[in-house]
Amino acid sequence: MSIVRLHASHGYDVARLREQFPILAQAVNGRHLAYLDNGASTQRPRQVIDAVTHYETHLHANVHRGVHTLSQLATDAFEGARERVRRFLNAGSTREILFTRGTTESINLVAQSWGRANLRAGDEIIVSALEHHANLVPWQMIAAATGARLRVAPIDGTGQLHFAGFQALLNERTKLVAIAHGSNALGSILPVGRVIEAAHRAGVPVLVDGAQAVAHLAVDVRALGADFYAFSGHKLYGPTGIGVLYGREALLDAMPPWMGGGDMIRTVSYESATWNELPWKFEAGTPNISGAIGLAAALDFLEELGVEKAAAHEHGLLGAATAALMRIPGVRIHGTAEDKGPVLSFTLEGVHPHDVGTILDHEGVAIRAGHHCAMPLMDLLGLPATARASFACYNTLAEVEQLAAAVRRAAEVFR
Amino acid sequence: MELTELYREVILDHNRHPRNSGRLDPHDAEAKGHNPLCGDRLTITLRRDGERIADLRFEGNGCAISMASASLMTEAVKGRSRAEVEALFRRVHALLTEQGASDAGLGKLAALSGVREFPARVKCASLAWHTLNAALARSDPAGAGTVSTE
Repeated sequence: MSIVRLHASHGYDVARLREQFPILAQAVNGRHLAYLDNGASTQRPRQVIDAVTHYETHLHANVHRGVHTLSQLATDAFEGARERVRRFLNAGSTREILFTRGTTESINLVAQSWGRANLRAGDEIIVSALEHHANLVPWQMIAAATGARLRVAPIDGTGQLHFAGFQALLNERTKLVAIAHGSNALGSILPVGRVIEAAHRAGVPVLVDGAQAVAHLAVDVRALGADFYAFSGHKLYGPTGIGVLYGREALLDAMPPWMGGGDMIRTVSYESATWNELPWKFEAGTPNISGAIGLAAALDFLEELGVEKAAAHEHGLLGAATAALMRIPGVRIHGTAEDKGPVLSFTLEGVHPHDVGTILDHEGVAIRAGHHCAMPLMDLLGLPATARASFACYNTLAEVEQLAAAVRRAAEVFR
Repeated sequence: MELTELYREVILDHNRHPRNSGRLDPHDAEAKGHNPLCGDRLTITLRRDGERIADLRFEGNGCAISMASASLMTEAVKGRSRAEVEALFRRVHALLTEQGASDAGLGKLAALSGVREFPARVKCASLAWHTLNAALARSDPAGAGTVSTE
């Protein structure tokens, strides 16, 4: 039975979808490329490539400056992209949508701006045990600078947040909770709605690292109640070097600028400056205009596809891959939370993940092998590294089989 | 390029059964090697007899290429002077990175030649050698730092 037909019959035509991703048509090492490293970065559909090319070909000029036609067109396109992001997140206002280089910069912005203004010696920031370095190191840095302290909420044996353990850390010294929506290393989707509710009851704002979630579930920042929400363009079919920080207007208003320069000021004298309005107060220097436009096109793509439909397809692939790998002797799956994004971390007994990665690459299967920028989590799990397959809307059941065959090949090479 | 070129029998054997594994105590020198992106990690301890390496051991964990390379190296350098080790490493490095480099006289180390078709893995194969160089360069074991080839 054809996989393509199976999905087409459910209104999800993965073969046609793949035609929109020119990069997927190539062979790697003489084999069909099974691109299963989507947790690290997704590929771009034609729609995104075309939007960026159109901008570069017809619209480019600096934004918010010139009186000339191109500058106005570029500004309209850039600010249009901001409105597109606002709709995507269902934020109340474009004043709450800041463009950054990515999730990492978004979190650093909050740590450096909100953190410096609000953290004092003895204050506490809660993170979880499965955070990516991007949602850990910025807090370590601001904690060291202010004398605040990091508290780490535990996870359970499945890789899910231990909710009672998290709640037990909330106290009158807690000033912020910074937590992943989805784990890049284990796949767990965290109950951020409950986390936010509990934190808000204690009067504590919450930053959500949405890097691994936005491509796989609909995010409504107002329904969720998030105070800050960060994500990257390149993990949901957009370009690299563009990301978003959503922040509640009242919080952003009270925060000092992080970087100084052009665009973020209203008036400047030799002695001092006054700040521009939101969101530009936080966007010093010429922004990544083409990146923002590419991101807007990626959000159009995702909306037209339907994020729930894509997620259902990806969930099917995750289930099939989990079952296929579990049938291979020596394979262990890491991360078995009930609520999981399409991320499959595994190890093969007697074979280091890097050797697994090399052998899979040889078979045309691109995965990530390593610590997934979550070294403390790997230490906690007692693993030097894992191999990780992560799925996107364009992957197929045939690629799941290609993955399983390649893992069997790795076991065979090392037998 | 076939996988069996990279994962030759000698490599798989030394990965499975590393020679000279463990620690030498007491020792004259110790150095640690760590490639944080890969997670490859090893510690070399050695005893000298004047200029020459009297004995050495390594311990650690990492991919098959890093572990087999360390094991093969310990066999190849025992009894050699620092100058001889450096000359040997130059030849091994050429083998790992240059097309057509000769493996004449390298013995079992020649099994590493497949690595050059996998550029991402050169750092795995060279970690043990850089770590050994650091151990030889530092006569004071307490002063040994951590080496990386990333």
